[in-house]
Amino acid sequence: MRNGLNLSLQCFQKKVKVQGLLFDIRRYSVHDGPGIRTTVFFKGCPLNCLWCHNPEGISGEPQTIRRKRPLNGDQAVVEETVGKYFTSREVMNQLKRDLLFFEESGGGVTFSGGEPLQQPEFLKEMVVLCREAGIHTAVDTSGYALEEVFREVAGLTDMLLFDLKTTDNKVHEAYTGIGNALILKNLQSLKGKGPEVVVRIPVIPGVNHRPEDMQAIRKAIQDSGARIEAINLLPYHRLGRKKYEALGMQEPPAFGPEITSDQIKTLMKIFEKAGFETKLGG
Amino acid sequence: MNSRVKFLRTQSLEAINTLNHERAVLVTKFYRDLLPENEPVPVQRALCFRYILANKSVYIGEQELIVGERGPAPKATPTYPEVSLHSLEDLDILDSRPKVSFKVSEETRKIFQEEIIPFWKGRTNRDKLMSLMSTRWKRSYEAGIFTEFQEQRAPGHTVLGRRMFGKGMLNLIAECDAALLRLDLGTDKEAPAKAAVLRAMKIAAQALIEYSYRHSEALDGLAAREKDEQRRTELQQMASICRRVPAYAPQTFHEALQHYWFIHLGVITELNPWDSFNPGRLDQHLIPFYEKELAAGSLDREQARELLQCFWVKFNNHPAPPKIGVTALESNTYTDFALINMGGVKPDGNDAVNEMSYLILEVIREMRLLQPSSMVQISKKNPDRFIHKTLDIIRTGFGQPSIFNTDAIIQQLLRQGKDLEDARNGGASGCVETGAFGTEAYILTGYFNLTKILEVTLHNGFDPRTERQIGPKTGDPLAFNSFEDLIEAYKKQIRFFADVKIEGNLVIEQLFATQLPVPFLSLLIDDCIAKGKDYNAGGARYNTSYIQGVGLGSVTDSLTALRYHVFEQEAITMKGMLEALEKDFKEYEEFHRALVFNTPKYGNDNEYADQHAKVLFQLFYDAVDGRPCYRGGKFRINMLPTTCHIYFGSVTGAMPDGRLAGKPLSEGISPVQGADQKGPTAVLQSAAKIDHIKTGGTLLNQKFTPSFFDDPESYRKLTALIRTYFRMDGHHIQFNVVSADTLRDAQNHPEKYRDLIVRVAGYSDYFNDLGEDLQNEIIARTEHKDG
Repeated sequence: MRNGLNLSLQCFQKKVKVQGLLFDIRRYSVHDGPGIRTTVFFKGCPLNCLWCHNPEGISGEPQTIRRKRPLNGDQAVVEETVGKYFTSREVMNQLKRDLLFFEESGGGVTFSGGEPLQQPEFLKEMVVLCREAGIHTAVDTSGYALEEVFREVAGLTDMLLFDLKTTDNKVHEAYTGIGNALILKNLQSLKGKGPEVVVRIPVIPGVNHRPEDMQAIRKAIQDSGARIEAINLLPYHRLGRKKYEALGMQEPPAFGPEITSDQIKTLMKIFEKAGFETKLGG
Repeated sequence: MNSRVKFLRTQSLEAINTLNHERAVLVTKFYRDLLPENEPVPVQRALCFRYILANKSVYIGEQELIVGERGPAPKATPTYPEVSLHSLEDLDILDSRPKVSFKVSEETRKIFQEEIIPFWKGRTNRDKLMSLMSTRWKRSYEAGIFTEFQEQRAPGHTVLGRRMFGKGMLNLIAECDAALLRLDLGTDKEAPAKAAVLRAMKIAAQALIEYSYRHSEALDGLAAREKDEQRRTELQQMASICRRVPAYAPQTFHEALQHYWFIHLGVITELNPWDSFNPGRLDQHLIPFYEKELAAGSLDREQARELLQCFWVKFNNHPAPPKIGVTALESNTYTDFALINMGGVKPDGNDAVNEMSYLILEVIREMRLLQPSSMVQISKKNPDRFIHKTLDIIRTGFGQPSIFNTDAIIQQLLRQGKDLEDARNGGASGCVETGAFGTEAYILTGYFNLTKILEVTLHNGFDPRTERQIGPKTGDPLAFNSFEDLIEAYKKQIRFFADVKIEGNLVIEQLFATQLPVPFLSLLIDDCIAKGKDYNAGGARYNTSYIQGVGLGSVTDSLTALRYHVFEQEAITMKGMLEALEKDFKEYEEFHRALVFNTPKYGNDNEYADQHAKVLFQLFYDAVDGRPCYRGGKFRINMLPTTCHIYFGSVTGAMPDGRLAGKPLSEGISPVQGADQKGPTAVLQSAAKIDHIKTGGTLLNQKFTPSFFDDPESYRKLTALIRTYFRMDGHHIQFNVVSADTLRDAQNHPEKYRDLIVRVAGYSDYFNDLGEDLQNEIIARTEHKDG
C-alpha cells in the first residue's frame, strides 16, 4: 500500500516538476561571461561539431565516463555517471552558494552545454529564478533553437553568449551536421532591444580560419543589429580529446595546422576595425 | 637594480651556509671564566650579551650601505649552546646532508669537540627542560602528538612596533632610570627583582651602542684606506650614521634602516628566538623619514630603493639557526620567517597604503629573495590597485607576498582583549600568526597533531607506532554505538593531550623566565620597562601562548568517512574499517577507492563534510582557548603547519580519509591534497565555515597556474575572490603560481632552478632545498590544478 502510494506520488511529481539533465555545475568559472561565475552545463546538443571539447554535452542521455584520477602516486580508473537530473531548486541551492563572489566580482550564472535551449522549460525556470534572486544570467547557445524559444529566452536573460561558427551553410552542415539557416535567423531576431550579446567564434583550422571567413561573420553580426557587447575568438585546442575515449565515443580527427598568434591577430583586427571589442578567449 | 645591489644580491645568493663557532666560543668563555656568580640571572645574561657584542668580529662588506652581520660573514650562522647543544653527530649531519646543509669546518668541529661540548653537555636549557618533563609528556612527544618550539629555540615571536623608530638606546636607558626611580621597596616586594631586570636592560642597551661604535671605527678605518673617492664618502657617512644610531633616534631614511638593523642583530644574537624578529609594518615606519627627506631634497626614490634593497640583502644573509637531532624533520628550512607587513590601516583606522608600500612591492619584485618574506594586509579600506600590484608579483611564481585580512586580524586581537589602537598597529608574522606589534609576546609553543590523536582515539588511547598506551582509555571503538560516541572519545583525547602539552609549556615558560631572560629584547617591547619585567617573564603588555593545530582537512575527511561509511551507510563495520587501516588498505582496495572518491570531502562547500571541520575546530578550541599561560596571558589556537604536516604524517598510520600510513597530512586549513574538486570558491566557502576570528591565524593555500593571471580581467576576478573570502572573515590566503611540469623539471635538473621559490605553507622556500617528499607533494598539488 505504502509503496503504491510512493510510486504514484513520484509519477505525479515527475509530471509537474520540470527537471534538467545537467553534466556539470562548475564554480569559479572565469571564461564564460563577466566576473566570477558558476556555469551550469546542460546535457544534450542538436549539433555535432567535430571540434567539440565538451563531448559529454552532446548526448541527451546520462553516460558512463571512465576517468583517471591520481591515487597515492598511481592512477586509478574511476567510473562515473555523467549526466544527472536536477530540479530547479537543487540547482538554485548550488548557485546561491557563491552569491557573495558574484556580488563582489560583478559575476553571475552562465547556462551552457550542450545546448541549454534544448531544455527550454527548465532553462526558462532557472533564468527566472536567478533573476528573482538578483543573480546576473548569461545563456551560452549555438543559436539553434525554435524561434519562439530563442526569443523567449533572449527576453529573459541578461546576456547571450552566441556561438557563431560560420556563415557558410554547406561548411556548417559538413562540420556540425546541420545547416545554419535557423541560427542566422535567430541572430537577426536580436535586432534592437534584447540582451547584451557576446559573439563567440571558435577558430578552427581548415574550417573558418581564413580572413574571408571572418569577414563574412563580421558582416552577419553587423547586419543583425543586435546589441553586441564583445567578440570572443576561441582558437581550436585539443584539450577535450581525451574525453571522447573516456566516454567510449568515436574521436573525430584533429584539426590542424595550429593557428599562429599572427593569424589570430589578423582575424581579431577584422572585428576591431569594425568597432567591436574583441578578445582572445572567453 | 643597480650594479651595487646586483653585486650584493649575488654575493648573498652564492654565499655558502656555514655553522660558525664564534658565538659559542664567546658564550662558553663567559660562562666558564667570567660569570659573576653573585649577580642575578638577568644581569648575567646582559653581561654575556655585552661580552659577545664587544668581542665578536665586525664584518663590513664591499659596497655595503647597511652594515652588521650576526656571524663573522654572510650566512655564517652561530649556535646557542646555552639553549641547546649540537653534538658532533649533528655537526656531521648538517655538514653532509644534501638539503639545507651548513658546512662545518675542521676548526669548528675541533672547537666543538674540545671546548663547547665538554662544557655544555648536560647543562643546556634543553637538558633542564627535558629533565622537567613528565613521562606522559615524553611519551606523547615521542609518539608525535606535538612538537615543542622552545626545546631548542628561545621564545620569541614578537615584532617591532612603531615606537622604536622614534627612540634611541639612550632614550631607553633614560626610561629604565625613570622606572628604577619609581620602584618603591615600601610597597613592592618585587622591587629588587625589578631593579635587577632594569639594570640588565640598561647594560644591554649600552652594549648595542658600543657594538655600533665598533662599526663606526671600522668604517672610519676603511674610509682612511679607501682610494675611490665616492666610496670613501659613503664609508664616512656610514661611520657617522653608526655613531648616531642606535644610540639616538634615527633622523633620516638611511639611519632608520641601519637603526633597525642593529636592533635586529641584537635580538638574534642575544638568543635564538623563534620566529625571527622583524620590523613589521615597514611601510608605516619608513614613510615619515621618506617624505621628510623627499621634501628636503636629501633623498630621491631611487636612493630609497637602493637602501631598501641593501636592507633586503641583510635579511637574506641570515638563515635560521641550524637545528639539532631529529627536529630537522619537523621544520626543515633556512628561512627564519621575517615577514614584512605592508598596507592595512593606520592607528586611526584609515587606509594605510602609501607610496612606501608600493616602493617596497617593487623592491620585493626585483630582489626575489627568500628572506625577508613579505605580506600585504588588505582591509576593506585599501584600494584594489594595491592588490593588483601584489598580484603582479605573485604571478611570477615567487610565492610572495601572501595576503592577509586586516579587518579579521583586528577583530581577533580585539576578541583577545587588546586595545583598538594596539590592534590596528598589529599584523601577522612568522607564517600567519596574529600579533599586536611592539606590545605583545605571542609565543608559538608547538604543533598539535590532531590526526594522530584521532588515530589514538581509534585505538582506545594506544599508539600503534610506539606501541604504548599514551592516552586515556576512552572506549573500545567496536563498542561505539553512534558517531556521537566517537566524538565524545575524541574530545576526551584532545583534552588530555592539550593538558599534557599545556602542563609542559607552563614549566617551560617558567624555565625561560627564570633561567634565560632577554634583557635586550625586553627594551623593545612595551611595557617591559614600565613593569620592570622581562619579556620572557610576562613583561609585555599582552602575553599569548599559541598551540598550532595541524591536520584539519585530514581529520575532517576521516570523521566524515567514519560517519558516512560506518555509522550511516553501514557499508563497513568499525571492525572492518580498523582492519583496513591496520593493513594500510591492502586487500581493501575497493573500499579504499570508495573512501577516496565516493565520500564527501572538505573543501567542496559540502555541508555534510564541512560540519566535521566545525566539530573538530570547536573541540580543539574548547580544549585550549582561554587557559592561563605562565606569563600572565592566555593560551590560544591557530591553524598552521609550516612543514610539520610532513613530519606528523610520517608518524601517523593510515586514516579513514584514505590517506596511506606515513603520508603527509593536509596543511593549514587547506583541503586534503586533491580532495577539492569544485574550484576555489568552494574551497574558500568550506574554509570560511570555521570561525577565523577565534584563532590567532589560519593558513589557506590556493594553487593557481599562471593562466589565472592572464589579463586585467583575471586580476579583477582574483581580487574579487580575495575580497569575498575576507568578507567571510577569512584570515589569510596565498597563491602558488607554478606549473607541474616546471616543478618536475626542477626536480630533475635542480641546477637549472637555483632561484625557484615556491610557497610551502605559510612561507616560501627554495624548491631545491625542500626534501623529496615535500617536492612531490607540491608537484601533486599543482598537477591537480593543471588537470
